[in-house]
Amino acid sequence: MSGIQEFERVLDGSDKNVASFEHQNISFLKRAQHFLHSTPAAVPLIVLVLSILIFGLTIGGRFFSSYTLTLILQQIAVVGILGSAQTLVILTAGIDLSIGVVMVISAVIMGNVAVTYGLPTPIAILAGLLTGGLCGLFNGFLVAIVKLPPFIVTLGSWNIVMATNFIYSANQTIRDADVDANAPLLHLFAINFRIGSAILTLGVISMVVLVGVLWYVLNHTAWGRHVYAVGDDPEAAKLSGIQTRKVLLSVYTLAGVIAAFAAWVSIGRNGSVSPSAAVTDYNLQAITATVIGGISLFGGRGSILGTLFGAMLVGVVSMGLNMLGADPQWKVMLTGWLIIAAVAIDQWIRKAGV
Amino acid sequence: MAPEANMQTNTQRDVRPILSARGLFKRYGRVTALDNADFDLYPGEILAVIGDNGAGKSSLIKAISGAIRPDDGEITLEGRVVNFKSPLEARDAGIETVYQNLALSPALSITDNMFLGREIRKPGFMGTVLRKLDHKAMDKFAREKLSELGLMTIQNINQAVETLSGGQRQGVAVARAAAFGSKVIILDEPTAALGVKESRKVLELILDVRSRGIPIVLISHNMPHVFEVADRIHIHRLGRRLTVINPKDYTMSDAVAFMTGAKAPSEPVAA
Repeated sequence: MSGIQEFERVLDGSDKNVASFEHQNISFLKRAQHFLHSTPAAVPLIVLVLSILIFGLTIGGRFFSSYTLTLILQQIAVVGILGSAQTLVILTAGIDLSIGVVMVISAVIMGNVAVTYGLPTPIAILAGLLTGGLCGLFNGFLVAIVKLPPFIVTLGSWNIVMATNFIYSANQTIRDADVDANAPLLHLFAINFRIGSAILTLGVISMVVLVGVLWYVLNHTAWGRHVYAVGDDPEAAKLSGIQTRKVLLSVYTLAGVIAAFAAWVSIGRNGSVSPSAAVTDYNLQAITATVIGGISLFGGRGSILGTLFGAMLVGVVSMGLNMLGADPQWKVMLTGWLIIAAVAIDQWIRKAGV
Repeated sequence: MAPEANMQTNTQRDVRPILSARGLFKRYGRVTALDNADFDLYPGEILAVIGDNGAGKSSLIKAISGAIRPDDGEITLEGRVVNFKSPLEARDAGIETVYQNLALSPALSITDNMFLGREIRKPGFMGTVLRKLDHKAMDKFAREKLSELGLMTIQNINQAVETLSGGQRQGVAVARAAAFGSKVIILDEPTAALGVKESRKVLELILDVRSRGIPIVLISHNMPHVFEVADRIHIHRLGRRLTVINPKDYTMSDAVAFMTGAKAPSEPVAA
């Protein structure tokens, strides 16, 4: 092209190698920041290991036993599963406040269809999963199509679903024995294996498997990358040709289905099915695990493995303080500090990227 | 269709436009962005679109790339009326766009961004049943495309886009369009954020793409670049096409005078 200007002629001789730089003069802190930026699940993992060590040293063998450690896993299984669902939503820069009550109403439906109506248990389970999915779809429709803010939408559906739950069930608990007699399949996730003194329930295993599957989906499928892209910059995602509405719709629906799955696991853990569980702040516990796990509330950043570590961390802290005989409020306070610390660290790590 | 619209380039008089628009309107509230705008892109040409800030260039480009739906008017691609509801539909039809804000996801890697919305899956069971992405193939392809563009300063193809400089980001976006565009490539200010070397590479790439027979729409404020590569220059003013000039017949100051309204074109376009 004749238009090449004189000063540009030397460009032919320019260096063709991939750039490389010497790295000696970077401070430890900077390197740590970059490591954490590329490995978002590392912070909760490090804090988790540290807190296990601290409680192990102060409490001793009683805490370090495989029995105690697996008991912690049993206690966090339900919140861990709910946290996974919450993670999907938060990765899209949304939030799902209704996730706890969606779980409870799904459990109530499962219990009623199987015990009260006497239908086959697999149908009851399907009905529960369908309920969770429909609640999620409702949220997703309002967020993705009507374009209302997720916080407001799920604040509304939280109340709607909670009230529906109490009106429908008349706050009647379905007893453990009735579930056992009529629908033992609902107790599937209570089945446990003993390895030495360690006790692993199917519920714990299902949580780990679920997180593994979601990790694969988020990192190794197109849909997973789209979830991150939508949370990161919805406008850019749309211009890149991602159907952001479909992604959001599917994320909220899947979160509802996972909440219903958590309901099944929770029936195994609790034995009975109690509508009054709707007043428990499961939604906030799930958000806590997610945030402590390093998932950015601004969307698009974090690893679902972090959520698992975050849920475990809350479990370890609460078990450790219990065994130390501390006032339960210390656990609440420590959780509060963990949340703030997690978000502060998230902000600090972000700076490494800019 | 009025072939006289193209009076300046007589060689193309008998050729029908590959992409054209007639009577586009777009209003945002009380602001009119497109006011009966026309547009013609002929096969194998580089058409520069210039205009003052707020002239409606971006709205015009968004309308023909599916990012916005015009309130009124008609767009035809290869003679067929098209009605893009999303950028995805325009892309599927073969129109690839590099937006001014680049449309990249900052937290995702270079490869992820290049393949966003058209990922490659692994062959066999892993791909069809487990939907596993073929990261290796995508990395290799992305690396090749960036090398073609001379973006050697990118060290790690898996680094997040937010860790790249402005010029490198631009390079990624241009490489993405050049790699996938099949019928039309639209570049909105492709050299605005680039250094001397990258600008030259992008201009070379534009000429290279044209030599492969793919027409390009180039939106730019950089008059030397426009006059260097464009075959025709579409001057946009006050929401519509003011005129189309041949860069060989006019000077840069003429073009600036037309687009700012300092001078009226002697032969207004017949559309």
